[in-house]
Amino acid sequence: MADFLQLIISGMATGAIYALAALGFTLLWQASNTINFAQGEFVMIPAFVMLFFLGPTVGAPLWLAFLLTCLVSMLLLGYTFKRLIVDPLIRHGVIPLVIATLGLAIGVKQLVKAGITAQAMPFNSPFPDGLLALGGLKVSYADVGTLLIAGIIVVGLQVFLNRTVTGRAMQAVAQNTDAARVLGINVRRMVLYTFLINAVLAVVAALLVTPTYLAKFDMGESIGLKAFYAAIIGGFNQTRGALLGGVLVGVLENLTGAYVSPAYKEGVALLLFLVVIVFRPEGLLGRREERKV
Amino acid sequence: MSNARRIALVLGLAAYAVLPLFLKSYGVYLMTLLCVYLMAVFGLNLIVGYAGQMSIGQAAFYGIGAYHAAILLKLGWPFFVVLPVAAVACFAIGLVLGFPALRVQHHYLAFATLGFNVLVFLVMRNEEKLTGGTFGISNIPRPSLLGYSLDGALPFFYFAYASVIVLALVLWWLLRSPWGRAFAALRDNPIRAESTGVNITAYTLLAFAIGAACAGVGGVYLASLVNFIEPGQFHLSVSLMMLLAVIVGGSGRFFGPVLGSVIVVLLPEWLRFLQDWYLAIFGFAVIVLMVFLPGGLLSLADRFKRADP
Amino acid sequence: MKRLFRNSAAALALAACSVASAQQGPVPIVGLVELSGTGATAGTNFDNGVKLAVKEINAAGGILGRKIDYQSWDTQTAPQTAKALAQKAVDQGAYVVMGPVFSGSIIVSMAETRRAEIPNFTGGEAANITQQGNPYIFRTSFTQSTAMPKLARYIKDSVKAKSVAMMWVNNDFGKGGRDSMIKALEAEGIKVAADVSTDPGQVDFSSAVLKVKQSNADAAFVYLNEEESARALRELKKQGYDKPLIGETTLTGQKVIELAGDAANGAVAHVGLTVDAPQPAIKAFDEKFQKEYHYKSDHNGMKGYSGMYVVKAITEKVGKFDGKAFAKALHGATIRVKDYPGVLLDVHFDDNGDLDRESFLVKVENGKQVVTATLPPVNPIK
Repeated sequence: MADFLQLIISGMATGAIYALAALGFTLLWQASNTINFAQGEFVMIPAFVMLFFLGPTVGAPLWLAFLLTCLVSMLLLGYTFKRLIVDPLIRHGVIPLVIATLGLAIGVKQLVKAGITAQAMPFNSPFPDGLLALGGLKVSYADVGTLLIAGIIVVGLQVFLNRTVTGRAMQAVAQNTDAARVLGINVRRMVLYTFLINAVLAVVAALLVTPTYLAKFDMGESIGLKAFYAAIIGGFNQTRGALLGGVLVGVLENLTGAYVSPAYKEGVALLLFLVVIVFRPEGLLGRREERKV
Repeated sequence: MSNARRIALVLGLAAYAVLPLFLKSYGVYLMTLLCVYLMAVFGLNLIVGYAGQMSIGQAAFYGIGAYHAAILLKLGWPFFVVLPVAAVACFAIGLVLGFPALRVQHHYLAFATLGFNVLVFLVMRNEEKLTGGTFGISNIPRPSLLGYSLDGALPFFYFAYASVIVLALVLWWLLRSPWGRAFAALRDNPIRAESTGVNITAYTLLAFAIGAACAGVGGVYLASLVNFIEPGQFHLSVSLMMLLAVIVGGSGRFFGPVLGSVIVVLLPEWLRFLQDWYLAIFGFAVIVLMVFLPGGLLSLADRFKRADP
Repeated sequence: MKRLFRNSAAALALAACSVASAQQGPVPIVGLVELSGTGATAGTNFDNGVKLAVKEINAAGGILGRKIDYQSWDTQTAPQTAKALAQKAVDQGAYVVMGPVFSGSIIVSMAETRRAEIPNFTGGEAANITQQGNPYIFRTSFTQSTAMPKLARYIKDSVKAKSVAMMWVNNDFGKGGRDSMIKALEAEGIKVAADVSTDPGQVDFSSAVLKVKQSNADAAFVYLNEEESARALRELKKQGYDKPLIGETTLTGQKVIELAGDAANGAVAHVGLTVDAPQPAIKAFDEKFQKEYHYKSDHNGMKGYSGMYVVKAITEKVGKFDGKAFAKALHGATIRVKDYPGVLLDVHFDDNGDLDRESFLVKVENGKQVVTATLPPVNPIK
């Protein structure tokens, strides 16, 4: 029984990381119809940027490296990504943008592979090693820490979106861009904020996931895919959906790996994804999209 | 097709047929690989370019065809029986996959094909008794044509080359037929097409299934060419590259796949000295292409045409 | 008349030179190495080891007076690519092919080098590599069927474990090791309490480690590739696993220690090669490698380096560049460190291409490999 709960908790922790990436993914889709196939790479880049700041050239402590990386990420993956790639392409429709993000994913991966290294690099965990005894259960500090941080961020984001003027404006833009514009909301700025938020979410995800995954140029592939599944499962047009989707994927994977078959661990998220697509395409928490004529 | 283009086409085909005589076995292998890859990409162009759908699972059908070939050829089935079996299997699976996915929404076919690819990959990797798992299947025999063995690099090249030309001709004929004409209508304005009584879903589904069958055929040739297959050759990333090959070449243009496949299969070899930087440049070039030339490289020709008075 | 004489003398000299240069030109040697993909660590290190050896050999005049022209190509850890590149190496008239390292790749690519009768050295350890009757394949490390029994004996005698939980990677390397180890453990009367398979490139080891813990075995045998070993070690530490961690070659590799950090401490492995072995030839290699590349080599670097020197040794023994003669001469040959320090340890090759030499038991302490025992070769090298 203790094992079962432990699996659930560590599954939730892993799932929380997927949820962060899925959240950013969903926000981008809602705000600007961007399906970002490079989302996994958006997590990979901050991992390497943090390593750079932690490394001998700068030698910053972890918290400083994290903050600096957030700045770099907001600039590169937020602002530059939006201006250089999303803005010119969005008027051509969804597909060219999707293809461009595919190209971006490949380009960035290979750039890191050729320019830095094809091998994995270690990344120190922000949490201490070891187990915490929580009422009969032994949970690792890392899992608890991950859940706490992810939880704080998600809750914080919800508060921001629902309780602040800017947040409400962002939601308005997501729900009905034209109406928002008519109401005098600066649509372009709201969309930019979404991109900036995504960039920061990616850095947090990188901080939490890289200690286990190890920093490698292709680490983004599986994270991106899981984030994608999580977003779709939860509901592409609902931010809470991303959280549910991520946690569901993480927990089910762990349980499958332990009780069914380690080989089909990857398959569980996929299966859920396929089932959702066929039977409930708007996602578990999503709203049905009407086809616009 | 204008006369100038016709002549260019014939010359190109002839050149490609003669080139392998001057190359050693690795060069011939690459040229054969291009022909085989092209079969799958032609199919994908039908789905993406002509029927206007996004498919990120073409490699799954490539793989299904390849595994059919590997298992059946090793059991001693003749090549020309395996080929239609694989094609029909992929066609059927394409129908089954496409039907629920297309009922929903446009980008859901993309998601469904992505999921399908990952699923097929997992099955290939885990079902060791059937597929050999991560170890793959080796020693796949080459076919023999009318008693003449195709074990050699050159004979198999000509066989694959002739086959892809036949496939292209079949697709060309298909697109010229009334059925194919309906596609043009679909692609340009789906709502108007529907109002004239064209059943979008049926046509799209058919296109998807045919495209899948093309990939299956390619897979059979791949298994015979490399004599070895393993799941890694049919990973999601291969589907993504095939999609990029279609888009970069020019989606919806008949020869787009040719240009795209050359860029994806041959160029990395010629530019091997650039190694990983090649793919980095390729990735960023795709972005630039999408911004300035979303119709793909072949749409450049249009720009020049329009410039003429 | 004078001009005719001068011209013919020049022509003759030119002809003589070109004939001579056909024998004097550089020797083409090709490396098929995993420079990316799941095998990037192994392949890159192997390649670096070969390159270092080539550099030294060329500086000392080459082999039989000819310099080595070494090129390495990235197989991307994909067997299909390895096979195609092997074809390319054959086309380019390579004298010898080094690599691939990964068992899954060499098994497929060696068909090409075998057909062209080109000697092919590999870093792969799967037992079935040398069980295919290929006269042109040669190892640079132990076969699992030699290594595992040595390790099983250690588990019985020193660790005194009665049951072992096995975690292995599902590829040629891992499966071969698992099969050899199960056989070896059964021979020692040790029970296999858990048999956990994992995937190449796997990132999440939480359920795998949980299964190992649940089995309550006396020790865990972890047999994964480099990156996965690091991740597994980290997860084992994270879940507080406190029983002995035992591996073979990969678990305590230099790169694994670097990637796993503190989590690697306490792990024990049987290794065929380690830069921390007390032998002077190995220490010399360690220094040279660090000077050249600014990091410590792992066992793959040693495989590549020693393999290249085997090429030098046997070619000189044969006296000419003939792949067929080379293969014949290498079967049953013994090469000693005193003649060729580059081979790092006295080594004997058998008729299958397997090698026999000393090996070591290594423990990781404070982020360093410490040799705790030296084990003799199976058959003493005379």
